[in-house]
Amino acid sequence: MELLLQQILAGIATGTIYACIALAIVMTYQTIGHLNFAQGEMAMFSTFLAWQLIQWGLPYWTAFALTVALSFAGGVLIERIVLRPIHNAPVLSHVAVFIGLLAILNSLAGFIWDFNVKPFPTPFGTAPLIANGFIDAHQAGMIAVTILLLAFLYGFFRFTRVGLAMRASANDPVSARLVGIRVGWMAALGWGMAAAIGAVAGMMIAPIVFLEPNMMLGVLLYGFAGAVLGGLGSPAGAVIGGLIVGVVENLAGTFIPVVGGELKFTIALAIIVAVLVMKPQGLFGRPVLHRV
Amino acid sequence: MTTLLGGNGAGKTTTLRALCGMIERRGEITFAGRSIARASTEDIVRMGVAHVPDGRGTFVRLTVEENLELGAITRRDRRAIAADLERVYGYFPILQKRRSQQAGTLSGGEQQMLAIGRALMLRPRLMLLDEPSFGLAPRVVQELFAILSTLNKDEGVSLLLVEQNATVALDLADHAYLVETGRIVFSGAARDIRQNEKIRRSYLGY
Amino acid sequence: MPRLNNPRVTLAIIAVALVLPLVIQNFLTFQLTLVLVYAIAIIGLNLLTGFNGQFSLGHSAFYAIGAYVAAMLMDKADFPYAMTLPVAGIACFVFGFLFGLPALRLEGVYLALATFALAVATPQILKLSPLEHWTGGVQGIVVNKPEAPFGLPLTEDQWLYYFTLLITIVMTVLAHNLVASRTGRAMMAIRDNPIAARSMGINIALYKSLTFGVSALYTGVAGALGAIVVQFVAPDSFTFFLSISLLVGLVVGGVGWIPGAFFGGAFVLFVPNLAESFSKGLSGAVYGVMIIVLIYVLPTGAAGLTRAASRWWRAKA
Repeated sequence: MELLLQQILAGIATGTIYACIALAIVMTYQTIGHLNFAQGEMAMFSTFLAWQLIQWGLPYWTAFALTVALSFAGGVLIERIVLRPIHNAPVLSHVAVFIGLLAILNSLAGFIWDFNVKPFPTPFGTAPLIANGFIDAHQAGMIAVTILLLAFLYGFFRFTRVGLAMRASANDPVSARLVGIRVGWMAALGWGMAAAIGAVAGMMIAPIVFLEPNMMLGVLLYGFAGAVLGGLGSPAGAVIGGLIVGVVENLAGTFIPVVGGELKFTIALAIIVAVLVMKPQGLFGRPVLHRV
Repeated sequence: MTTLLGGNGAGKTTTLRALCGMIERRGEITFAGRSIARASTEDIVRMGVAHVPDGRGTFVRLTVEENLELGAITRRDRRAIAADLERVYGYFPILQKRRSQQAGTLSGGEQQMLAIGRALMLRPRLMLLDEPSFGLAPRVVQELFAILSTLNKDEGVSLLLVEQNATVALDLADHAYLVETGRIVFSGAARDIRQNEKIRRSYLGY
Repeated sequence: MPRLNNPRVTLAIIAVALVLPLVIQNFLTFQLTLVLVYAIAIIGLNLLTGFNGQFSLGHSAFYAIGAYVAAMLMDKADFPYAMTLPVAGIACFVFGFLFGLPALRLEGVYLALATFALAVATPQILKLSPLEHWTGGVQGIVVNKPEAPFGLPLTEDQWLYYFTLLITIVMTVLAHNLVASRTGRAMMAIRDNPIAARSMGINIALYKSLTFGVSALYTGVAGALGAIVVQFVAPDSFTFFLSISLLVGLVVGGVGWIPGAFFGGAFVLFVPNLAESFSKGLSGAVYGVMIIVLIYVLPTGAAGLTRAASRWWRAKA
């Protein structure tokens, strides 16, 4: 029982990271209608940036803030420069470009910072937080940061004019144009925010998986799974999806004999696919009605 | 108030879309003395042109009030925006009643009012309306057009009305154009067309 | 879509293909053989994604299944290599068809995720300890390179090239005929407007699943050939990245154009090496840049380029 609880909590803790990546993916999907395969590499690159800033002597939270800001700018630039020319291209062209981005970022990171595994500091320490070591300080910190992030996003979208404009843009770009919203810039903003969220996720998970150019691949996959499970329609769904994936992954690894550890990811995915077959729009997705 | 009349496929909606930069266009388009032939939709809107498209273009997943606020999203004068919101609710009390409801749950007539209300929030100089009477019960149409008339006369908003329902349109408009397969075949005072039986018979079918 | 309507062009290409291995080095022959193998796999993917509109990130799984079926048959049951191809093909067809059934309910990104799950699961399953006796676990299986039959004066690489070329030609012709047939039109109708297709009486469920099966069959045969050519199968050769490579090859060649697969296969095989020769440390970045530039310049891939070229050619004549 104790083990179960501990694993669930640990699952929730890692789940928050998947939730963040899932959130970034959903944001991109909502603003430009495509799944960004390079989301993980962008987050990884941001984390390396943070590491570099810390190496140069900046205190952790300063490096954190600066990295988030730079990642935001980077996301905006990528959308405006790389994605604008293929705005109307078919899905597969977008997929190919994202793959190209993925390759570029991964290779660049390895080139600049090499492929050796590096430790990444945590601002929360690793002392166990509750008596029996159910959860340690860093895991609690991850949950706290994610909650803060969600609160910020909720407030932004609900109560600000820009947030409203972005929502309108994502819902109905044609009508958004008709009220004067610059839809292209809304997409760029969406990318910037997704990049920033990814950076936060990367910096939170790096202390656990250690920093190296391939660190985000697994996390990205889990993030995708969480986003799709949640239904790609809502940030809340993405978060819940990510948390569920984290918990399932942990429980599968711990409790399924023999193959549990080896097949963690496969089992998590199998469950998700099963859910999708029963509910094709994800757990919280609304069925899209087409007029025939 | 000017109306653009014609049958199905005559090119009325296309004309409105071209005016707003939603489709490729060639030639000259001037608004308030400025050429807008190469301007983007967003820029044209910011010059004070509000387009109420066919299909209404409501943001179905956002609330009524959010839809209205979006009409004014390009403006900065917050207090004036709040005042305008109250005014729109004055014209369309049903919208105030449903202000927190999802726009997609409104009836056809209510959505049309919402679309017009949203256009008003821009404080436009010109409003383009594409078939506002479409799919609405006659009594609703009458109410709607009465409000349009008020807007035109009291608020000084110029209206370009595309309509298939010629009777109602001709009752309200000052000037009319008849369009057939992309060409203007007649233009003149609305009153003249209304009274000219030959034209009515051949182009408008009644 | 441009068709290689001109039989002279096609014959010329085949003639060149026949002569090539006799004049080039063995290693290059080996590489060209692999290009053909990838081309078959990409044709398979094209049938599903390009012509039928079902997005698949999971074709590395079918490739892997084909490869392992071939390797296991040759290693454990002493199967002659040529016979492993139909077995691999049928096995993959069944598997693809069965996978296609539940996938019927999934659209777009959701289907992408399901196929993605398949791609990721496959190497993990292949590495499972309980199955090691059959699959060879992490180390995989080594197979022997077949020799030219009837004592023909060909090196093993050359023989394999001709063998693969024959299979490739047959399968390309079959695919071309499939696409041009009523079945092909039904497939494309489903891609373009499923509701209209259904209202015309096309059994969407059947066609979609069949397409999945055929697509898997092609990629499975490619996998089997690949195993024979490379002489080796191991779980980590068939990761998600293979799926991505096939997808890139598909886009480069041109979606919905069968011959594009050859351009795609060549791109997938040679360009990463090319990138590495530009800059060892940044090879991935160069590869990524090349993909992006290609998409900008040739959004319809080699298909678009060929179409433009043939238009120019005809204008001149």
